[in-house]
Amino acid sequence: MAALGVAMLLLGPLGAVLWRAGGAGMPSPADWAALRFTVMQAALSAILSCGLAIPVARALARRRFAGRQALILLMGAPFILPVIVAIAGLLAIFGRNGLLNQGLALIGLERIDVFGLHGILLAHVFFNLPLAVRLLLEGWRGIPTERFRLAAQLDMPPGAMFRLIEWPMLRQRVPGILAVIFAVCLSSFAVVLILGGGPAATTVELAIYQAFSFDFDLGKAAVLSALQLGIVAGAAGLALVLARGRGMGGGLDRPVQRWDGGPWAARGDAAWIALTAVFIVTPLILVLVQGGATLLSMPLLVWQAAGVSILVALGSTLVAVPLAFALALPRRDVVEGVGLITLAASPLVLGTGMFLLIRPFAFPGNHVLVITSIVNAAMALPFVLRAISPELRAIEADYGRLADSLGMTGWARMRWLILPRLRRSLGFGAGLCAALSMGDLGVIALFPPPDAATLPLQIYRLMGSYQIEAAAGGSLLLTFLCFGLFFAFDRMGRDADT
Amino acid sequence: MKHLIYATGLVLATQAAAETPVLTIYTYDSFATEWGPGPQLETAFEEACGCDVNFVTVGDGAALLSRLRLEGESTEADIVLGLDTNLTAAAHETGLFAPHEVSADYDLPIEWTDDLFVPFDWGYFAFIGQDGAPQPANFRALAESDQRVLIQDPRSSTPGLGLLLWVKAAYGDEAPAIWEELSDNIVTVTPGWSEAYGMFLDGEGDLVLSYTTSPAYHIIAEDDATKVALPFEEGHYMQVEVAGMVAGTDQPELAKSFLDFLVSDTAQGVLPTTNWMYPAVSPEGGLPDGFDGLIEPSKALLLAPEEVAQTRNEALEEWRNALSR
Amino acid sequence: MLTLDHLRLEQGAFSLTANWTLAAGETLALIGPSGAGKSTLLAGIAGFLEPVAGRVLWQDRDLTGIAPGQRPVAMLFQDANLFPHLDVARNVGLGLRPDLRLTREDRAKVGEALDRVGLGGFQTRKPGSLSGGQQSRAALARALVMRRPVLMLDEPFSALGPAMRTEMLDLVRDVIGETGASLVMVTHDPGDAARIADRISVVADGVAAEPAPTRALLDNPPEALRDYLG
Repeated sequence: MAALGVAMLLLGPLGAVLWRAGGAGMPSPADWAALRFTVMQAALSAILSCGLAIPVARALARRRFAGRQALILLMGAPFILPVIVAIAGLLAIFGRNGLLNQGLALIGLERIDVFGLHGILLAHVFFNLPLAVRLLLEGWRGIPTERFRLAAQLDMPPGAMFRLIEWPMLRQRVPGILAVIFAVCLSSFAVVLILGGGPAATTVELAIYQAFSFDFDLGKAAVLSALQLGIVAGAAGLALVLARGRGMGGGLDRPVQRWDGGPWAARGDAAWIALTAVFIVTPLILVLVQGGATLLSMPLLVWQAAGVSILVALGSTLVAVPLAFALALPRRDVVEGVGLITLAASPLVLGTGMFLLIRPFAFPGNHVLVITSIVNAAMALPFVLRAISPELRAIEADYGRLADSLGMTGWARMRWLILPRLRRSLGFGAGLCAALSMGDLGVIALFPPPDAATLPLQIYRLMGSYQIEAAAGGSLLLTFLCFGLFFAFDRMGRDADT
Repeated sequence: MKHLIYATGLVLATQAAAETPVLTIYTYDSFATEWGPGPQLETAFEEACGCDVNFVTVGDGAALLSRLRLEGESTEADIVLGLDTNLTAAAHETGLFAPHEVSADYDLPIEWTDDLFVPFDWGYFAFIGQDGAPQPANFRALAESDQRVLIQDPRSSTPGLGLLLWVKAAYGDEAPAIWEELSDNIVTVTPGWSEAYGMFLDGEGDLVLSYTTSPAYHIIAEDDATKVALPFEEGHYMQVEVAGMVAGTDQPELAKSFLDFLVSDTAQGVLPTTNWMYPAVSPEGGLPDGFDGLIEPSKALLLAPEEVAQTRNEALEEWRNALSR
Repeated sequence: MLTLDHLRLEQGAFSLTANWTLAAGETLALIGPSGAGKSTLLAGIAGFLEPVAGRVLWQDRDLTGIAPGQRPVAMLFQDANLFPHLDVARNVGLGLRPDLRLTREDRAKVGEALDRVGLGGFQTRKPGSLSGGQQSRAALARALVMRRPVLMLDEPFSALGPAMRTEMLDLVRDVIGETGASLVMVTHDPGDAARIADRISVVADGVAAEPAPTRALLDNPPEALRDYLG
């Protein structure tokens, strides 16, 4: 049911656009080039982010140090950082006048240029590496401490330990994470265009925009959008095939303790953790420092927009979390794929299609906040799914029979088995959703209401009116609110754990 | 229009409101924001007309035309405001606009003959840089310099398209060669104006593509005279922004009087410091301080709307090929 | 009376048949090599595995299609018998009310059951903080409050030491003595079987044999059991 609803939400608008166009349009050679580049950068971004995340997550999983918990919390930050803020943060380090180039100039080396494919990958790794680390950490947490105890007892060498205990978990988790990051980067717009350095670095979404605004070729816009959906559906399908497997077996929720890793491994882990921390934290600090002074001088409108945005974000969470739950509950693989595909839906085609669908009944501009909430919920859905679905599987694999034998069905099973054990993941998922919805400009840019705005739209308006300072302040406020919502939900999930 | 408001259930129109005629104006987002001309124009016109002005906004001029095409004859718009001459040829083709009856003493560098659209403001595209930095005086000099330039994508940005047509209007068949020479100066191509301008202010580039009027904002609003527009010997490409009346409007009289109002002294006086463009008709009090120091291009370049429609795709292809290497 | 009527269970290529009855209050040990299908038979009786042929009946009622929680069976698994996120009292309380809407009376019953298994005062402890023996006791306390007519043990005490295991079996015997339940117990230790079971069914070569009296069977083991006992 829920899966059908999501499919309708995606395909309905697409169908409406096609119907209005009166037929499909053929993509031009330039569009195919855009598609190739998009797939290439997305695949590279996914592989890099995930590949680097494995040693980092492993190091974090087996080391205990002061500030570890804070670092893991911060890992949630880049992914939910509004894109435009994150780009500013990265440019403050890697840009022409950034810290890195100032440092290089100081020791007499040539400046590096961040614009190009490497710039795109850098930004995508910045966004997605921490997400991958957190998702993998959940995986490591899912390995019962009993397994590590057994391995320690057997004096298992690191290689064997990896192969026998960690690899099965990775095999199950990594394909899904790869698919998510691939889909995220496939629909990445601002990062690719701003950091890409020229028209060779382009996106399918821009080709869609061109078809729509420049040529008014709705058929082509719909075909391009469908192609993008198809590619993500393929990636999602592949991930599901690769990720087949079962739960890790039950443990007793003892705190994970590890006994492996000699001094060399410890040094390696420390290096991974330190590098990641610097990479993640420096741009965040620079964003805060640069925006700090501007916070006080913001027009009232910015604060009003912040209020609107909080409502939109909470609305999205209210839609996405139950929907993700309903999707994940039947434990059918296809359903997760459906969730993932929402990521690849072109906001422009989605928005236009919705416009065409709603217009016969109501004036779309009047409901733009509701539409934004729903579309943002759809965009955040895959992350919520990714956060809760493996946990849900594990719960059923480990405790399903016991609950069955006790006759725990329906609400009783939900209340006393699933919700308490899922709470941590639910909190994480809800936090992601709220923050993503908060930070996303989304479809509201297509029907901007003159008398109201979400915070991202207001920032965009400020920038468009030369008010760069106020926009920077707004960005900082947006960043705070995104983090605030994320931490609040994440905390709620964690408190259950004590 | 009224029944739509009822239908949505969001607005409970009072008896009084139901009797007030509503003029619906489609425009681009920044025109109707707090900082744009919209609110002031709305107040001024509502005082005179005894009507209610309702702005409906979309992202930019190109999206405005797309929206109108999507809605076709069933559009709620009475006025469409904010297309430019790059879009008017396509707008003519829609057949959705009615001829205007406005006659005004335009201060445009070109002669105005369009019978469907009324120009309300205009500007020149230009590269903006820091005062005291090297200032190349034409595209070739720019290409030979090591100045780093931020530009916008012609497919998603009005200035981006302006630059494309600027090079084409100035160099014709030589345009691809110019782009090739420029390619190593271009830092990056942003999707919209604000990203490029923001990066310029952060020092990511030496020059940014914007308007000759941009320094006026910094002078008037920030008392900062360090931003200057670079005069180019080839001349500068223009943008002329226009408004038109929708043929199927249910408020033809109101729409006509709004177009008259748009070129009136009241409205024209608002535009320079809100839309940061030159008014189409010089206001009696002249331009505000800060505009007087702006550069005056030696030559105004503008392709006719039909020419734009013909050359746009070819120019885009040349641009993409030259910069994709 | 529990009746396995020409029961045939399959799991992949493996299949197991059984055709016998167990009287109310009777205790039965399933003994045989590992992989012979002892746990499969329990799963079939408990309702986790639907038979491909034959039926499971309780007091002449066909249990086919009845959910595990609705069957007259309480079961202790090899491991994971307790929910780690719930305290001991709630884990036991689940045996009374799967939705945990416990009345004062229910809570008193839980307390009595915990006292009975020697866990008085452990109500608020989480399973993670209990020893293996204590976890088994808590699970038994739940079986006690469930008062189902059949108790099935899938080697829940195999991880415990011999002394502790004996203690647990005695506790089980007391529990079924109190509730009058039948017992079906998987074991690999003839000593355990001798201690508690009236009859033994040897499970080997795809067949759970007709149960025979414990003493007689152990004194004069059939070939399959001899092979197993070595």
